[in-house]
Amino acid sequence: MSKSGTILYLDGVSVSFDGFRAINNLSLVLDKGEMRAIIGPNGAGKTTMMDIITGKTRPDAGEVYFDGTVDLTKHDEADIAMMGIGRKFQKPTVFESHTVEDNLVLALAGPRSIFPALFHRRSKAESQQIDDILATIRLEARRNDLAANLSHGQKQWLEIGMLLAQDPKLLLVDEPVAGMTDAETEETARLLKDIAKTHSVVVVEHDMHFVRELGVKVTCLHEGSVLSEGTLDSVSADERVIEVYLGR
Amino acid sequence: MITQRLFTGGSSSRILVVAVILAAVAVLVPVLHLAVPPSSPFHVPNYMVTLVGKYLTYALLALALDLVWGYCGILSLGHGAFFALGGYAMGMYLMRQIGDRGVYGNPILPDFMVFLNWNELPWFWYGFDQFWFAAIMIVLAPGALAFVFGWFAFRSRVTGVYLSIITQALTYALLLAFFRNDMGFGGNNGLTDFKDILGFNVQAPETRAGLFAASALALALALLITSAITRSKYGMLMIAVRDAESRTRFIGWRPENVKVFAFTVSAVMAGIAGALYVPQVGIINPGEFAPANSIEVVVWTAVGGRGTLVGPIIGALLVNGGKSWFTGVLPEYWLFALGGLFVAVTLFLPKGIVGTYDAWRAARRDAAERARTKAEEDAAPPPVDPVTGRPARNEDTAKAPSSDLAGGPAPQPAE
Ligand SMILES: Nc1ncnc2c1ncn2[C@@H]1O[C@H](COP(=O)(O)OP(=O)(O)O)[C@@H](O)[C@H]1O
Ligand SMILES: [Mg+2]
Repeated sequence: MSKSGTILYLDGVSVSFDGFRAINNLSLVLDKGEMRAIIGPNGAGKTTMMDIITGKTRPDAGEVYFDGTVDLTKHDEADIAMMGIGRKFQKPTVFESHTVEDNLVLALAGPRSIFPALFHRRSKAESQQIDDILATIRLEARRNDLAANLSHGQKQWLEIGMLLAQDPKLLLVDEPVAGMTDAETEETARLLKDIAKTHSVVVVEHDMHFVRELGVKVTCLHEGSVLSEGTLDSVSADERVIEVYLGR
Repeated sequence: MITQRLFTGGSSSRILVVAVILAAVAVLVPVLHLAVPPSSPFHVPNYMVTLVGKYLTYALLALALDLVWGYCGILSLGHGAFFALGGYAMGMYLMRQIGDRGVYGNPILPDFMVFLNWNELPWFWYGFDQFWFAAIMIVLAPGALAFVFGWFAFRSRVTGVYLSIITQALTYALLLAFFRNDMGFGGNNGLTDFKDILGFNVQAPETRAGLFAASALALALALLITSAITRSKYGMLMIAVRDAESRTRFIGWRPENVKVFAFTVSAVMAGIAGALYVPQVGIINPGEFAPANSIEVVVWTAVGGRGTLVGPIIGALLVNGGKSWFTGVLPEYWLFALGGLFVAVTLFLPKGIVGTYDAWRAARRDAAERARTKAEEDAAPPPVDPVTGRPARNEDTAKAPSSDLAGGPAPQPAE
């Protein structure tokens, strides 16, 4: 397979924890600008796959390339984040004792060293960016509230907003609608589709209704490797998928 | 809930107020000590100047600890080591100022070296006859140690209890090393019998008043600097690292760099505190490296309220004031009292004095805010939540924990 034109390229990736193969000969290719939904039962290895891409976990075997040229296994979390991969965690993780706005300030693309941060003054351009992101994630009204006081769904949005502030090329979004109301879920689907117009996105989600809403190519993972890939209809018609996942 | 940011309103003006008070004390106490006759009720006696001056250096040490513990989540149980290193650097300068006035009358070698039959000054004592050199070492010795230690510890991602234990091991190792005579720092007697500092007699009331003023001003300055640091974007980053370290990593920051910087700055502050302490108490010995000393600093900081800057200063002054009183009445029981105090604060006042006060104020403000919105709501139809399109629910925010930079929310793992 050729890596050119891909934003993410995984080939033959395996990782074991104490002998347990969480990822098993996984191959997955994402084209530039593509949005992909990843489904699969609990423990299928979806989060572990994101750990590998973002440098948190080193694979035992296999190739992991970003943008066709960068070998991600040779870099650490901070490097990978700076190259342009943003990640939303399964459990919403924001800076609870900071305001919504300050969460975005910390995530905003820019130098990541200590002295510039010590003497940082917010520029007009930065303020504008923050306003735009707040509008996108619809948290303008909560700008000065502590992130700790947001609802679960709003924390998820704030975390997505932090990803946008980073201005990444690729977004990895782990279970964004877990714990959301139906209205919030629909809103999130709209938000992600909007983001996907200008970014490559990988979304992990259980909620079939939500995945259908996204209307993108679906990959089903099972026991650490790809079980089925295609449109949601073809994947959900796949007997192996029905057996391990949808049938239950 | 809009007013919940502690840093913007109350606390920055509070820091200014405390800094001004300290500056006033720096002027007033020396005046009351030197210019007011001892017969006057306003006279500040000699022992008070020295005692409070010593407490002020402890307060500076507690403030240094707050920077790393309160804001960056690094519970150092070895800050006494940086304090002692600064103290030793000052002590070496003071030793060399003795010149030939020592018991053995050797113009170059301090008494303990003559006693050990040494003929030459060890190389690491060179330069300490100059104050500027000692001043550099006061900053450099603790700073460099903290930088190197932090570089390795934080890069290896040692955190939590493990980090606390190795900081404790660090100060213990230094304790053992400085006890040895052949280290060249006076062994278990340490450095003492000082005569002059910058040409002034260390025992003279004027010198004591000057050292007092220097301690108060150093504390005021350090308070302003730490306040500026914690309110900068870097300060926000420290709190981010404290609360969700791996989140900061995944948005591209390097938590180890954030921590190394805070740890180094904090160690330098501790070293300066130690340097101001030594001429006031007249001695520095390896006992200052004792692990229990570092733990006491943690108690002062916890009592005052970590993550509040002003709290640790209050905590250090109160606990040490209490210690002086207590050791006068029931000397054998002081350690029990200290331990009891720590347990009591942990159980009943987990945010410390200042943190509890802040939480109480924030809660009152919230209540007032709620009452006002409720009154408005009763008058108007319920506002619509812009996100969900449903009526906004105020209880949502009312029930949420109020702001608390002191304790912060429980640190959350990244996923
Ligand atoms: N750090 C780890 N140590 C041990 N086992 C792990 C670790 N991370 C993941 N696993 C295991 O790998 C499997 C895949 O987990 P995960 O990727 O979280 O699944 P998913 O996100 O698809 O629900 C699970 O069985 C999990 O217990
Ligand atoms: Mg998962």
